[in-house]
Amino acid sequence: MRLPFTNDPSRPRRRRLVLGALAAAGLVAAFGAGSWAAARAQAPTPAPDEAPAPAGTADHAGASGAEADRPRPGEVRRLAPAYVPRVDTGLVDRAGAPVLVSCGTCHATRPPDPGRCATDDAMAMHRGLVFAHGERSCLACHDPGDYDRLRLAHGEPVPFAEAPRLCAQCHGPQQRDWERGLHGGMNGFWDAARGGRERHACTSCHDPHAPAYPLVTPVFHPPDPLAGRGRPIPARGAEGGAHGH
Amino acid sequence: MATELPQAPADRPAPRRLPVLQGGVTRRTTVKALGATLGLAAFARAIAPLTEWARDIPVDRFLQRHYRELTPEAMQTLLRQLEQETREQYGAEVHIEDVKPTPGVAFGYALNLSVCNGCRRCAEACHIENNHDRASQESYIRVLEMSKGSMDMERGRVDYAGPNPDPDKFYMPVQCQQCDDAPCVKVCPVEATWKESDGIVVVDYDWCIGCRYCEAACPYHARRFNWTKPQVPAAEVNPDQAYLSNRIRPQGVVEKCHFCLHRTRKGRLPACLEACPTGARVFGNLLDPDSEIRRVLADKRVYVLKEELGTRPRFFYFFDV
Ligand code: HEC
Ligand code: HEC
Ligand code: HEC
Ligand code: HEC
Repeated sequence: MRLPFTNDPSRPRRRRLVLGALAAAGLVAAFGAGSWAAARAQAPTPAPDEAPAPAGTADHAGASGAEADRPRPGEVRRLAPAYVPRVDTGLVDRAGAPVLVSCGTCHATRPPDPGRCATDDAMAMHRGLVFAHGERSCLACHDPGDYDRLRLAHGEPVPFAEAPRLCAQCHGPQQRDWERGLHGGMNGFWDAARGGRERHACTSCHDPHAPAYPLVTPVFHPPDPLAGRGRPIPARGAEGGAHGH
Repeated sequence: MATELPQAPADRPAPRRLPVLQGGVTRRTTVKALGATLGLAAFARAIAPLTEWARDIPVDRFLQRHYRELTPEAMQTLLRQLEQETREQYGAEVHIEDVKPTPGVAFGYALNLSVCNGCRRCAEACHIENNHDRASQESYIRVLEMSKGSMDMERGRVDYAGPNPDPDKFYMPVQCQQCDDAPCVKVCPVEATWKESDGIVVVDYDWCIGCRYCEAACPYHARRFNWTKPQVPAAEVNPDQAYLSNRIRPQGVVEKCHFCLHRTRKGRLPACLEACPTGARVFGNLLDPDSEIRRVLADKRVYVLKEELGTRPRFFYFFDV
């Protein structure tokens, strides 16, 4: 964790420009629970060592259809309500496209078995699944009654499109920040009167099964006059410490 | 030529001027005045950029008035002229606007240092958005790799190569802090740079004489000098331009981050924010109590760089607690 000096008493707490009233008023968030975007939509989780593609960096380049992807005024993008993740079966159809199936395809006829959560077979059946998110208990999140949806701790089912509600149970601070626009970023307009904005769901950035943000290779290495200032240290190997995978 | 500049709004002190310049500024009187104060040798070096490049400046551009003295009609003529020049010199069709600040809007920017992983996509987006010279890989953003426990930007390194983040480091992108008490504005001998009502410190590239005092004065190393005429392939030129922001700059002038005013003054988010894959950046209107930027100031413990200098930046850094 990178919190170098949060307890340093020598640094005064700076709250310039802030009114007391704000604390209360601010809670009326501009976007309620469930109002996030489908940057990910149906896209796969980014491969490790590759940050998710930034949406709209070079939208002015025109032509690419990026402009059509922009949220229109007032619009806030959401994940499609009917969104369900799909599993690659490893088969290909006649056209050569991979065959993707929803959870129910296999699980509707299989009674749920919590005991199998930790088995390597279970990981193998869902190709590419890597689990590194606390204890390996799939049914803390997936609904054993219907694998095409999620489930909160008290049993309430939640569609995949509302995954942030699930994450919120265990990650209150980040979820609150996300809700208030301080975690997870956005695209579009700061001025809601002039345009909409696109928010990312937690799962756009965090793989629910291995949520640590992937290591990245920085782009755009600068030829910079300040370059020589720091003491040169050898580039690190690819194993990369705390986030290792 | 130039007469008295418009008065600064009452809520902030009028820009301090060199005593010799009181009562109006023209580039010609400044050049004389500087000659008197600096001594000839130093002066010759200081204006070297001018003598070298004056050749390339069209006569009417040299006689052009200061941004704040241009009538709307004169501005329109000038903008079309600049578009024409871009067409001729770069082969690119561009649209240059003069976008004004919106009353009731004061921009603030915050950056979450717990989340930033130093990927430099912001610097890259800036490079593309703002029509920077391709060869020198210029960008208004410099991302510093910092040792945990220190916010001393002078000890940051820029030449890290990843994989990122290094668990012992944090990453701090630094760009113009849009100071309320901006040292760069105070040292400019010709008032080619000033603070606008929405807090953005702008540069009139056609008024700048390239003396680089502002570059030396900026404690954040945020200003850049155009050593060469920027080279940008026609296909890569961002056609969405403004006079005070990303229009292709002439050689020999100073430039810096302008919070993407050609976007932000039209309600959009800055390019560096949209490019950030980690969501570390928060931008908005400091005067709107329900804006995200105000929520940062309310919820988080924020830092400003080199606070002891009293520059009062509008760029804030914070960590998740
Ligand atoms: C190709 C068929 C197939 C698909 C599609 C599939 N699974 Fe499975 N899943 C299996 C098999 C087979 C097992 C049991 C593995 C074992 O033998 O341990 C399993 C095991 C599980 C388990 C462990 C608990 C249990 O009931 O056995 C969970 C949880 C699970 N799957 C969730 C999902 C979810 C969620 C989806 C949809 C995103 C999904 N699966 C899609 C075949 C599938
Ligand atoms: C922290 C909650 C959580 C846990 C624990 C969890 N899942 Fe998931 N799982 C999700 C969410 C959320 C999605 C939907 C991801 C998306 O939006 O595509 C998902 C999607 C899936 C998928 C679809 C393919 C993919 O990788 O996105 C499979 C298969 C799956 N889970 C299986 C499992 C198995 C097996 C386990 C136990 C080893 C497990 N999950 C544990 C939350 C969880
Ligand atoms: C049942 C409780 C629970 C739920 C639900 C849950 N998490 Fe977690 N999460 C944890 C625990 C426990 C850890 C610490 C795991 C560890 O130390 O390995 C954690 C760690 C994390 C981390 C930090 C990982 C790292 O190594 O830095 C992220 C990011 C995260 N979770 C995101 C999510 C997201 C996104 C969701 C929703 C899809 C989610 N979590 C749902 C319990 C949960
Ligand atoms: C735009 C991408 C993005 C989105 C969207 C996002 N996060 Fe994060 N999140 C990050 C990054 C980057 C970090 C910091 C990297 C790290 O510590 O792994 C982080 C950190 C976290 C951590 C702390 C990990 C730690 O080590 O302390 C948790 C927990 C977390 N996020 C949960 C969530 C939840 C819950 C949501 C949705 C409500 C969410 N995130 C949405 C990018 C995102």
